[in-house]
Amino acid sequence: MNIMERFISSWQKYRKPGYYEDFDYAWTMSIDLDRCTGCSACVTACQAENNIPIVGEKELAKGREMHWIRIERYWEGEYPNAKLKFIPMLCQQCDAAPCETVCPVSATYHNQDGLNTQVYNRCIGTRSCAVYCPYEVRYFNYNSHHWDSPLDQQLNPDVSVREKGVMEKCTFCIQRVRQAKDHAKDDGRRRVQEGDIQPACVQTCPSEALVFGDRKDSNSKVAKSLADPRAYHVLDELNTLPSVVYLKKVDSDG
Amino acid sequence: MGNEERQMQFADVNDDVVRSLTETGRSYYIALATAIFVMLACFFFPWFYQLYYGIGAAGMNHPTVWGTYLASFVFWIGLSHSGTLLSCVLHITNSEWRKAMYRSAEAMTLFSLMVAATMVMVHVGRPWFIHWALPYPNQMELWPNFRSPLMFDVMAITTYVTGSLIFIYMGSIPDFAAVRDRTTGWRHHLYVLLSLGWRGTDTEWHRLGWAYTFLAVLIIPLAVSVHSIVSWDFAMSLVPGLHQTIFAPYFVVGAIYSGTAGIVTVMYVLRKYMNFEHFITKLHFDNLGKLLLVLSLIWTYINILELFTGWFSGTSTEYEQLKYKLFGFYAPLYWEMILFCAVAPLLLISKKFRTSFVPMLILSIAINIGMYTERFLIIGATLSRQYLPNAWRVYVPSLVEISILVGSLATFITLFLLFVKIFPSVSIYEVKETMETPKSKKGDTEWQAAH
Repeated sequence: MNIMERFISSWQKYRKPGYYEDFDYAWTMSIDLDRCTGCSACVTACQAENNIPIVGEKELAKGREMHWIRIERYWEGEYPNAKLKFIPMLCQQCDAAPCETVCPVSATYHNQDGLNTQVYNRCIGTRSCAVYCPYEVRYFNYNSHHWDSPLDQQLNPDVSVREKGVMEKCTFCIQRVRQAKDHAKDDGRRRVQEGDIQPACVQTCPSEALVFGDRKDSNSKVAKSLADPRAYHVLDELNTLPSVVYLKKVDSDG
Repeated sequence: MGNEERQMQFADVNDDVVRSLTETGRSYYIALATAIFVMLACFFFPWFYQLYYGIGAAGMNHPTVWGTYLASFVFWIGLSHSGTLLSCVLHITNSEWRKAMYRSAEAMTLFSLMVAATMVMVHVGRPWFIHWALPYPNQMELWPNFRSPLMFDVMAITTYVTGSLIFIYMGSIPDFAAVRDRTTGWRHHLYVLLSLGWRGTDTEWHRLGWAYTFLAVLIIPLAVSVHSIVSWDFAMSLVPGLHQTIFAPYFVVGAIYSGTAGIVTVMYVLRKYMNFEHFITKLHFDNLGKLLLVLSLIWTYINILELFTGWFSGTSTEYEQLKYKLFGFYAPLYWEMILFCAVAPLLLISKKFRTSFVPMLILSIAINIGMYTERFLIIGATLSRQYLPNAWRVYVPSLVEISILVGSLATFITLFLLFVKIFPSVSIYEVKETMETPKSKKGDTEWQAAH
C-alpha cells in the first residue's frame, strides 16, 4: 500500500460520523453511594498499587496531597440536625474531556479503550489540564518524592514512578487493563470478559460499592447500573460525558 | 516642538541622540550594575533553585495550580501591548506627536515579550522539555496539540515577537545609518552592519515608507489577536469566573491600558535621565493621559459587565465566585485594583494633572500595580473557588515567587538599559520631520551637517 492509499484510507476512517466514540471498550465504573461506607480502603489500595507518593506533613499542610481517589466529605445542616455526606471522587475518564484539548503537547489523550490516559514522559508540566478539570482530580508532582527503605521495595514494577514537574491522575489501573487484554489475546478470546479486570480500588472495596466493567457489553453490571433510576453523573451540566456513574443514596427522608 | 529655549536645529537632533549613545556617565554604569545584580540574585538564583527542587518552591497547591508566574506572564504580555500597537495606530493616523516616543515604546514591547517568554519557562514544571510545544519534525513523529489554546498562544506570541522585531528594526535603519556616519571604532563597525548599507536615496526612502506602513497595518490585528488568545487560555476552561465571552476584549483593553501606563513611566524616565526634554514634552503626557482616561473608562465598564455576567448567570458556582471575589480572602486586593485602575485615573480629567510630570509618573505606576493585581486575581481568586467545595483552598505566593517577580522587573530594566546605548532611542529622522525646515541664513554648511 503506497502512502497515498494509506492516507486516503485513514482519511475515510476519520470521515465516518462518530468515529471518536467508536472505542474497542468503554470502561466504566459505577459507584453505589448506598453501599459506600466511606472506609477509605480504596484510597489506600490505590496508593499501594499506583506508586503514589506519601507527600508528608509539610506538603500536606501546603495542600499538595496526592490521592488519585479521595473521599469528599460534606456536612449538611446545623449541629443538632447535621448530616454527613460523602462521595468518592476520582478521574471521571470523560469522553469529552476538557483536559485533553488543552494540553499543548498531547500528554493526555483518549485511547482506544475510551480511557483518558496520561503520558508522564511527554508531560511538560503546564498544569493547564488541572485547571481545566472541573472535578479537581489531577495531581501535580511539586517535587520529586522518595520512599524510605524498605518501602522502596514495595513499589509496583508495572507503574512508573513520576518525577518532579509531571501531572498524574487515576488511570483506571491501565496496567491491569493492558494485562487482561494480553491474556484475552493469548487465550484466543476476542474480547476481555466481565470480571477479568478489577482496578485496585474496586478489588479492595469491602461493600462492593465500586463496580468496574465494559458498558458496551449490555450484560455487564455497569451497563445495568447505568439504567438504574438512581444513576447520575457528577456535574452532568458541564457535558463532559464522564465514564464514572454514581448511584444516588436514598435516605429515609428522601 | 523645541521652542522652549532656542530654535532646535536638525544638527542638534543628531548631536543629542548620538551623545545619548556614546557618552556614558557614572550613574548609567551604577544603574546597569544594580539591575544586573538584582536580576542575577532575584531572578536566576531562585529560578535555579526551583529547577533543582521542583515547582514546589513556589506556593501553588492542589486546586490553585497556576500562580504568580502565569500572572506575570499575562502582565508582561499586556505591557508589551501598547508599544508597537500604539506606534502602529498613531503611524497610520499620521499623529505627529508619536514620533519622539515610538522607538522606546516599541522597545518596551520587545523586552516585555522577552520577559514574558522567560516567565513561561519559569512557570512550566519541566522547562527542559519546553521545545515539545513547538511544531518541529522529529523522529518520534509527535506534534503539539493544535486544539490547545496554549498552542495558539505559542503561535500568536512567536508571530508578535517576530513582527515587532522587524518593525522596530526597519524603522531604525536610517537612524543606524546616521549614527554610523557620526561614530568611530567598534561602534562604527556595529552600525555599518546594522544599517544594511543605507545611503538615503529616494528609492530607499520610498521603499522604507511603504514597507513601514504595510507592517504597521499588519501588526494592529496581530496585537489584538495575541491578547485575545492569551485570554482564551482562561476563557476556554470550564472554571466559573473564567469561562466568559467577555474575556478577549477584557484582556485586550487591559493590555493596552497597562501598556500605555508603562509608556508614561518609560517616557518620564527617558526625559529625566537621558536629557530628552526637547523631544518628550507636555504634549506627549497630555495625549497619553487622554488615552489612559478613555482606556480606564472602558476597563471599568468591562469590569462592571463581568460582575453582571456572574450575577445574571444565576448558577450557584458563578454566584459563589462573585461573592468570593468581592468579599472573600482576596477582597482587599480586589478593592485595591478598583482604586488604582478605576477610581484614581479619573484624575486625568483635569488637564493640569495630565501635564504635570511627577503625578503622571505616580499614577502610571499605580495603574500597573493595579493591573498586576488584576492578573493575579484572575488566576488566584478564581482557581481557589471552583466546582467542588471539598477542593477549595486559598493560595499565597511564596518568597521564591515574589523574588522572581522582582527579578523579572530587573531583567526588563537591564534589557532596556542596554537598549538605550545601542539603539537611538528617539527616532532621529522622524523627529526632524516635525521640525521647521532650517533657514539658510547661516549658510549651507549646517544643512549639510544635518544630513
